[in-house]
Amino acid sequence: MAALAHPLRVRVDSKVFPAVGERDATSVLKNISFDVEPGSFVVLTGPSGCGKSTLLNIIAGLDEDYQGSIDFGGNKSLRFAFVFQNPRLLPWRTVYENIALVLPKNDPRIANIPEVLERVGLTAAANAYPEMISLGMQRRAALARAFILEPEFLLMDEPFVSLDDPTAQDLRALLVELWSSRPTTVLFVTHDRAESVMLGTRILRLSAGSANIIEDVKVPLSVADRTDRDKVHAEQKRIFGDG
Amino acid sequence: MSQAVKAPSERFKIGRVGWSLISLAALVLIWQVATLIADSRYLPGPAAVVHVMIREAETGALWSNIAATLIRVAISFVVAMFIGSAIGLALGRYQKADIFFDSWLIFFLNLPALVIIVLCYIWFGLTELAAITAVAVNKIPNVAVTMREGARSLSKDLNEMAFVYRFGKWKTLRHVTVPQLAPFFAAAARSGLALVWKIVLVVEAFGRSEGVGHQLNIAFQLFDVSMILAYALAFIIVVQIIEMAILQPLLARASKWRR
Repeated sequence: MAALAHPLRVRVDSKVFPAVGERDATSVLKNISFDVEPGSFVVLTGPSGCGKSTLLNIIAGLDEDYQGSIDFGGNKSLRFAFVFQNPRLLPWRTVYENIALVLPKNDPRIANIPEVLERVGLTAAANAYPEMISLGMQRRAALARAFILEPEFLLMDEPFVSLDDPTAQDLRALLVELWSSRPTTVLFVTHDRAESVMLGTRILRLSAGSANIIEDVKVPLSVADRTDRDKVHAEQKRIFGDG
Repeated sequence: MSQAVKAPSERFKIGRVGWSLISLAALVLIWQVATLIADSRYLPGPAAVVHVMIREAETGALWSNIAATLIRVAISFVVAMFIGSAIGLALGRYQKADIFFDSWLIFFLNLPALVIIVLCYIWFGLTELAAITAVAVNKIPNVAVTMREGARSLSKDLNEMAFVYRFGKWKTLRHVTVPQLAPFFAAAARSGLALVWKIVLVVEAFGRSEGVGHQLNIAFQLFDVSMILAYALAFIIVVQIIEMAILQPLLARASKWRR
C-alpha cells in the first residue's frame, strides 16, 4: 500500500459556524496551517469541542464552508478512508457486505476481505448484522472497512471512544499493528493524551476556543515501544507534562 | 428436570393460530346466536351467507367481480404509492417546497373521499380513468406524509460515510437511502392497501357496472343482506390472503437485520 506521494498541505484560515436561532456565530478554527508528511501518523489533540472533528471533516471534503485550502498535491483520485467516531456501518447489511461495499464491483481486493476480517478478529461475525454484535466489534468492522481499501490516506475521528479500557487498548494495538505492516498516512483525532502518544509519530495540540495549533511535537517511539504502557507513559509525561 | 417443568405448559399449549381460530369461532357463534334472537330476514345466519357465497362462486359472478375490484385496487395502489412517494420525498428533501406545499397537503388530507369521488366522476365522466384517479387522489396525501417523514429522517451520518467512501449515486440509493425509507414505504403500503380497497368499493358503487362495490350496491337496493355479507366476507378473505402471503413476508424480509 502506497502512502501519499506528496505531503498533504492543510491551511484553514478561518471556519465559522453561522448563527442559529438565539446562538451567535461562533469561530471554531483560526490560522491552522500544517503539512502531513507521507507515511506519518499525525495525531490532532486538544480539549473536547475545540474543533478537531470539524477540521477532519474539512480535510475529508465533508465541510466546504471554510476559508483556506486543502492540497493533496494535485492527486484527485487519492484513495482515502475515514473511520468515524460512531462506526457508521449500514445496519441492514452484514459485516462482510459493509466491508465489500466500499470496493468497486469485481475489485481484486474483495479477495482480501477474509484475511482482513481474520486480522480484526471478525471471521465468525462476517455474516452478522451490526446491531447484533458489540460496539467493540462494530469498531473493528469499521477499521476493517477502512483497511480493505488499502488507503493512501486514513482519517480517524476518535474511533475508540466510549469503549471500556481493555477493548480500546486492544483496538489501539491492532491499529499500530495494521499501520506498521501496511504503512499509510494517518490523521487521527483524539482528546485522549495517552492514546495520542501511543499511536502518533507526531502530535499537533490544538488550543481550546477558536482553535489554532499551540504545539507540534515528534513522538520518537518504535512500534514495539508503543504497546509498552510504561514507555508510552514516560513519553506522555515528557510531551504533556502530566500522565 | 426441565421436562417436568415444561410438561404442563406444553400439554395445554394452544399457540397463536389456535387462539385465532378459537376467537373466530366465538365470533361466528355470537353471530349465530344474534341471528336466532333477532329472527329477521335482515340478519341472516352464517350458514345462509356461506350458501350465497358458494352459489355466487359457482356462477362465476363472485370471481369476476372480485377480479375487477382487485385490478382497480392494484392499479390505483401502485399509482398512489408512486406519486405519493415522489411528492413525499421531494417535500422531505427541499424545505422551501415543504413550507409552500404543506397547506396543500393538509387540504387534500382533509378533503372527504366522497367529494373527490363525486368530482372525479363529474369532471372525467363515469369512466375507468375517473374511478382510478379518485382512489389514487384519496391515497396520495397519506403516502406523501409518511414518505416525507422518511425523507426527513434520513441519516446524515450514513450519507457522509457514503460520500467519503465514494459510493456514488446508484450505490448510495440502493444501499443507504432505500433501506432507510423501506419501513416508511412498508407502513404507507399497509395502511394504503386497507384504505384503497375500501375506497374502491365506494367508487364502484357510484359509477362502475362490475366489481364488488357494484354488487354491494345492487344488493343494497334489494335489501339482500346475505349477498352483502357474502361479498364482504369473500373480499376480506382475499385481502387477508394478500396481506399474509405477500405483505408480511416482504416486511419480515426487510427487517431481518433488526435486533
